[in-house]
Amino acid sequence: MPEEMAGNIAQQKASLLSQATQSLRDFRYSQHHHTAGTFPVAQMTQTGPRRIQNSGMEDESREQSQSSSTGMRLIVPLQGIVQGRGGLILGSVIPCAMFYFLQFYLKRRRSPPNLPHEQTSNPPSPSHSSSNLTELSRSASRSSLLLSRGSIGRPHVSSRVHSIAKSNDSPYNIGLDKVSADPYDRLNNPNGVIQLGLAENRLTLDLIENWITEKLNESILSGIATYQPFDGMTELKVAMAGLMSQVVGRTVTFDPSQIVLTSGATPAIEILCFALADPGNAFLIPAPYYPGFDRDMKWRTGVELIPVHCRSSDNFTLSIPVLDQAFNQARKRGQKIKGILLSNPSNPVGNLMTRETLFSLLDFAREKNIHIISDELFAASTFGDEEFVSMAEIIDSEDTDKDRVHIVYGLSKDLSLPGFRVGVIYSYNENVLTVSRKMTRFSPVSAPTQRLVTSMLSDTTFIKNYTEINRERLRNMYDLFVDGLKDLGIRCTKSSGGLYCWCDMSGLIRPYNEKGELDLWDKLLNVANINITPGSSCHCIEPGWFRCCFTTLDETDIPVVIERIRLVVETCKSPS
Amino acid sequence: MAIEIVQPSVGLSKIAVSETHGENSPYFAGWKAYDENPYHEKHNPSGVIQMGLAENQVSFDLLEEYLESNQEATSWGKNVSGFRENALFQDYHGLLAFRKAMASFMEQVRGGKAKFNPERIVLTAGATAANELLTFILANPGDALLVPTPYYPGFDRDLRWRTGVQIVPIHCESSNNFQITPEALESAYDHARSMNMKVRGVLITNPSNPLGATIQRKVLEQILDFVTRKNIHLVSDEIYSGSVFHSDEFVSIAEILESRNYKDSERCHIVYSLSKDLGLPGFRVGTVYSYNDQVVTTARRMSSFTLISSQTQFLLASMLSNKEFTEKYIKINRERLRKRYEMIVDGLKKAGIECLKGNAGLFCWMNLSPYLNEATREGELEIWKKMMEEVKLNISPGSSCRCSGAGWFRVCFANMSEETLEVALRRLHEFMDRRRNGQKTHDLSALAQVQSFSLGDICRLFGERSKDLKSDLISSLSDSR
Repeated sequence: MPEEMAGNIAQQKASLLSQATQSLRDFRYSQHHHTAGTFPVAQMTQTGPRRIQNSGMEDESREQSQSSSTGMRLIVPLQGIVQGRGGLILGSVIPCAMFYFLQFYLKRRRSPPNLPHEQTSNPPSPSHSSSNLTELSRSASRSSLLLSRGSIGRPHVSSRVHSIAKSNDSPYNIGLDKVSADPYDRLNNPNGVIQLGLAENRLTLDLIENWITEKLNESILSGIATYQPFDGMTELKVAMAGLMSQVVGRTVTFDPSQIVLTSGATPAIEILCFALADPGNAFLIPAPYYPGFDRDMKWRTGVELIPVHCRSSDNFTLSIPVLDQAFNQARKRGQKIKGILLSNPSNPVGNLMTRETLFSLLDFAREKNIHIISDELFAASTFGDEEFVSMAEIIDSEDTDKDRVHIVYGLSKDLSLPGFRVGVIYSYNENVLTVSRKMTRFSPVSAPTQRLVTSMLSDTTFIKNYTEINRERLRNMYDLFVDGLKDLGIRCTKSSGGLYCWCDMSGLIRPYNEKGELDLWDKLLNVANINITPGSSCHCIEPGWFRCCFTTLDETDIPVVIERIRLVVETCKSPS
Repeated sequence: MAIEIVQPSVGLSKIAVSETHGENSPYFAGWKAYDENPYHEKHNPSGVIQMGLAENQVSFDLLEEYLESNQEATSWGKNVSGFRENALFQDYHGLLAFRKAMASFMEQVRGGKAKFNPERIVLTAGATAANELLTFILANPGDALLVPTPYYPGFDRDLRWRTGVQIVPIHCESSNNFQITPEALESAYDHARSMNMKVRGVLITNPSNPLGATIQRKVLEQILDFVTRKNIHLVSDEIYSGSVFHSDEFVSIAEILESRNYKDSERCHIVYSLSKDLGLPGFRVGTVYSYNDQVVTTARRMSSFTLISSQTQFLLASMLSNKEFTEKYIKINRERLRKRYEMIVDGLKKAGIECLKGNAGLFCWMNLSPYLNEATREGELEIWKKMMEEVKLNISPGSSCRCSGAGWFRVCFANMSEETLEVALRRLHEFMDRRRNGQKTHDLSALAQVQSFSLGDICRLFGERSKDLKSDLISSLSDSR
């Protein structure tokens, strides 16, 4: 399957690219500091992403070897690839070419003057105290007299600190930061950046607002100040099980005792990773996937994600042979696969998994003896003709071997309450539940919020009414938005769920690769002032696809958005 | 009552099946015993009294009073515009209004002797998460943190379980009132190095949990000099700083840093929470306050895993911004805790029990070492188990806090009413009386077993001294089975 191979090479390149980018950055910083020749605390404070100084007192030699290896890292991973394919020439030519390209790439990426994301997103500007600190003379201090080498090193931080600096440079985050710096407002800031990059639903907030004004009269604060069960109050679990049953529909019921509540879906997914996999183990994940998974699943757990690429020719649905192939390739590399993470309805594509696919997935997981995490955050945010089938329904029809299935749910999307931080782990595995209950100590939901949400979810008439109206409004906005794009010649895949559509702008990008995609994204963000999520952030294998969330908009905003996109589309089409 | 993890058909992670969370210790076992049979004045007067939970209920009435007179803050009923922003607010920076209120509350608790910058406050869902988050940021798996013993039993879970970081104890001894000495610091450091561990920092609790005492300025200076010399971090967990009985007896690391002009402050991080000082553990509000820009930035990103609900932030922002309320609260709370502390220390003294001299917290550090049958962990757990079985009191044994000497216990006094505390003290008194008599009879019963004497023989042997002796003997014999 040559196409698949090409895909894999592209994927390897992409990961190499990010690895090398980081190494290069490390390299540049360390060079900068060496040439500066001084003790560069103040400079480092401003330079941002990497400002660890490796000059330990006790472990100086070890630290030095660490810092000198940062320069080496650029070359070493490339050799690994090249050796596999042989050739001394390639071994020297490719690294040089990559290096040149990267410098070029970094230069480009850094040039836009109005990308102040570090400043805007990170208010912890150095306080007066810490900047004073850098100017203090160190030789006079008592503590430095105690030191044999005369200067004080910076205390070391863990390697996790370094890994995040990389991910925060992604277009996904840059876009979000740009919006928060200059958000569009119909009346007050009509030229601001329009947010289409955040899956947040504002279409039905009025309903919740009304409920709170009219129905919430009991005192939600009595008797809850003391310690509460960390995995959630029983009343909320009961109400949550009720909501999930209602959303999933048909005959599926959820058992409150299989629920563990967490402060949002983010920790729910991380807890499952901690519970199911060791550092270095991997999960298979159909790509394109939600950009946040890289942080949620990998950062602190040390778990790896292996994308299983879905393609436009299949309407981005998952095919079992491709999954099997990814599994076998990973196994050949010696990697241990612990499970599959599904998002259904999918984020970013918005399609649903069919009953047949879910059954085959379960068979696959059984055959390989691995877990399935089914992220069903958008279960009630469906609006198409297709039916949503929960993994719970599939597992309900089985009598045995349920303990490999874990469902993630939450109120951030379906109930538009991301601020309340209510997430759910629903597992059929008693051991996983036991561990999750312990771990949710690190991510509990505050008691007043639990009380409020319990009260809201227990009002089943309201919830039923809410979900119906929400679906109608989603459908309406989806149609309007997709029609608008169609007029510009931009196609979208058929979506049935979620708060977004998945748009094909591959015809507008030049060259037809990730760079072309990011060029277009950059233009949309900085010229048209529209933030959308490029497919590369979602690890999409085909360039030119974008996720556009339409639920932060008002109907009247749609013409504005379409008009802004039109301007960019026209510059792309006109011969330059 | 250990939770058994049966090896499932589809494997879990090493973390999932490991025991590093330490939740099988007596500290947690006691909680379960309480959960199964909780004391209630009327409905279950013979139930277990929970003295193992550091929860502050002595000032609930003040909170209730505030909430009643400020109802608009507790819901959005009257302030609909606020709702929209809040429902959608999921920025990991946290509400600025809340961070400001938090910073000023922390200043207030320290009597204005330290300044806190709201931009350095990272919010987490409780101090548990704050401590774990800092550990993730400061250390790699296999690295070590030095923690003075005795320490809060939950640290085994919070600092080690998911991070893979090791705790190396700094041994503090009863002979000098469990003070942290430079020698103990050095020796812990050397011990970690000898095991090839990279030491990343020292974590102290000030006021100390479980000792219930503040750390002296001189000791703090020594610790700060130590971490500077070793180029490692210092985490100061100050979650009981507002529960110091006399405000002038507490020195925050923030004050020391200020007095040093913030020199080397970038290695210092403070953990704070509203669970203890404001008695709101159900609200799950914690914070990391770091003087290190990079740690602040990373902690903020990492707080995505442990965000506080916007509704709760909104509510507390309004409560903590009310200076009049907070001032009154802090003052009255301190007084009440001091009164409680005196009450329990007096009661224990009457039962013949000494405590370490404390000045803070929701517990006292009780010395039962003279009453152990053997000065070991087993001897300590024996008396702990007896106390649970005979008089239904759950306290926390020092061994679960990794205390180096046997026979010390943490006894919490703020999570109950005064009446319940009186009941608990009566029970303790009764237990001690029985124990003293039991110790006398202990030898006799051993004798009886060896010589196969009958009870009657022994009583005859010693003369018909008292009926008490006989009944004590019977109970001590039945216990030994």
